[in-house]
Amino acid sequence: MGKTLFDKIWDSHVVVSKPGFPDAVYINTHFIHEVTSPQAFDGLRKRGIPVFRTAKTRATADHNVPTIDQHLPIKEALSRKQVEMLTANTKEFGVELYGLGHPYQGIVHVIGPELGITLPGMTIVCGDSHTSTHGAFGAIAFGIGTSEVEQVLATQCILQYRPKRMKIEVNGQLKKGVVSKDIILYIISKISASGATGYFVEYAGEAIRSLSMEARMTICNMSIEMGARGGLIAPDQTTFDYIKGREFAPKGADWDKALAYWETLYTDADAEFDVVLTFDAADIEPMITYGTNPGMGIGVTQHIPSLTEVDDKEKPSFKKSLEYMGLEPGSELLGKKVDYVFIGSCTNSRIEDLRMVADFVKGKKKAEDVVVWIVPGSKQVEAQAKEEGIDKIFEAAGFHLRQPGCSACLGMNEDKVPAGMYCISTSNRNFEGRQGPNARTFLASPLSAAAAAITGKVTDVRELV
Amino acid sequence: MSKTFQHLVSTAVPIAIENIDTDQIIPARFLKATTRDGFGENLFRDWRFDTNNEPKKDFILNNPIYKGEVLVAGKNFGCGSSREHAAWAIGDYGFKVVISSFFADIFKNNALNNFILPITVTDEFLDKIFKAIETDPAAQLEVDLEKQSLKIVATGEEISFDINPYKKACLINGYDDIDYLLSLRKEIESYEASREFNF
Ligand code: SF4
Repeated sequence: MGKTLFDKIWDSHVVVSKPGFPDAVYINTHFIHEVTSPQAFDGLRKRGIPVFRTAKTRATADHNVPTIDQHLPIKEALSRKQVEMLTANTKEFGVELYGLGHPYQGIVHVIGPELGITLPGMTIVCGDSHTSTHGAFGAIAFGIGTSEVEQVLATQCILQYRPKRMKIEVNGQLKKGVVSKDIILYIISKISASGATGYFVEYAGEAIRSLSMEARMTICNMSIEMGARGGLIAPDQTTFDYIKGREFAPKGADWDKALAYWETLYTDADAEFDVVLTFDAADIEPMITYGTNPGMGIGVTQHIPSLTEVDDKEKPSFKKSLEYMGLEPGSELLGKKVDYVFIGSCTNSRIEDLRMVADFVKGKKKAEDVVVWIVPGSKQVEAQAKEEGIDKIFEAAGFHLRQPGCSACLGMNEDKVPAGMYCISTSNRNFEGRQGPNARTFLASPLSAAAAAITGKVTDVRELV
Repeated sequence: MSKTFQHLVSTAVPIAIENIDTDQIIPARFLKATTRDGFGENLFRDWRFDTNNEPKKDFILNNPIYKGEVLVAGKNFGCGSSREHAAWAIGDYGFKVVISSFFADIFKNNALNNFILPITVTDEFLDKIFKAIETDPAAQLEVDLEKQSLKIVATGEEISFDINPYKKACLINGYDDIDYLLSLRKEIESYEASREFNF
């Protein structure tokens, strides 16, 4: 019987497999950032051991950094301390750091791919659940906890049980105004925030194949929001074209050899999955979430479920969630006023996302009482946007292009949505307090977010494109 | 946090909410520490305290009737962010066992790596536990890791739970994954020698 892509990569990275023990899996690339690494470095120090393979470890500062005035010292003492500690730790242990001010700095899941560090066939981990993003290249990539960060620093390996495999096929073609973020929000709304727990997902089908690398990354990024360990997409010409010529990608004869190998990375026709789900792209509308987990999503023209449509068991959580959001069961979101628009995060802050937003808002003006934050995923995205004049388009529309970082994706740095306010956000989590204490989040695509920025309310972007 | 786990009899704290994500367990703004200690103070911070840092009366951790070393929660506990700080907060607060009908993967690993035992039970048994505590907040639960059993002491109802044998041995004996991986040094180096490229 044939093998799935996941199994091909996994099998070629198992260092030791003993009955009764988890597999020891070799890790090709380990990304670290300031929040989940200090305790891991501390652990190494306590054990008196070095970082085993410094060249396979890359660090950046993203979660805690301000997104304006990055040349100034970080104001908030604890954030500053964490970022300084990353600098000190990477220096002491000999790890490459793309810190604040470095031309490669940015959100860890944005910089890996754009620098050509993320490659097909790799195993990639990071102390961050959205490491699944890198799966878009046909890599096994997943988030880990700090104890596991320490394991990988110490041994370049991680102990893992092989997950089950799920295939999610999206066939057909997307309709106008519907983009990859809508695909993944749609899938999660269908299978719930825990629908893929225990599985590693492979995305396939015509609608996925026709996506750019940026759009594929958006899909893989949110695999974790349905509980999956990770998600991947078999590499193809789109993948190879994206990688070629990037800073750390193989060159010359190495490129040819690498390519020959990457071309073997697909799921065999007779391979079996534990679960196969199939969706039709034509059924997907622009999506928006109304609740406090990413599974609580609806098409933008639909109604929030009424109480009678919700399972008895789920009622308490459902009610709590809508109370938090200040929304009524059964009501519609269309036309609901928004206070903030956040376009950014490792889900949607790549150059293509900014281009899509710029295209849409060109010649339009933002609604008066809406605050719009556009936060590029990396220094390179920021530079590219400026080169293309995208920053000017934003300025003319009344938007503010900030500097790279996680920003309002999580209420950790200075960019927080104030209590009670509604924010339409291109990030990946609408949990209570995620964007700041008592902030209320609607997750949506960059297009839908841009439409709301112009009208000041939840809008069906299809009416404007 | 103790470095082993074998057996426990304790009352429990019930939080009958589903999909409790790690942003609720420990909000991001408390992740700025650079050590593993002190996170218990901010466990469930925004459910426990209002914006003036006053305890919210209706949240169960503020109700002195409910206490113990076992946390019982609704399904899909620990979803969301991979922050291990969630496990540290739960451990630092004093919980040694978390019971739910479903755990998110990364949380489960993080808990085990911190010698906190996540026990997955059926939906029916979870209901029974919630009912037992509702009837009597002093109801005790007994966990025996060696036998892999969980009992509601008052009613004698008991189920066995799954845990993989490797993790079970780690918990009982206090080893961790790094000790095991460090012992594989030779195998890791010969694996590296067999690969031409970094993928
Ligand atoms: S942008 Fe958001 S989801 Fe992505 S790494 Fe940063 S905090 Fe995590």
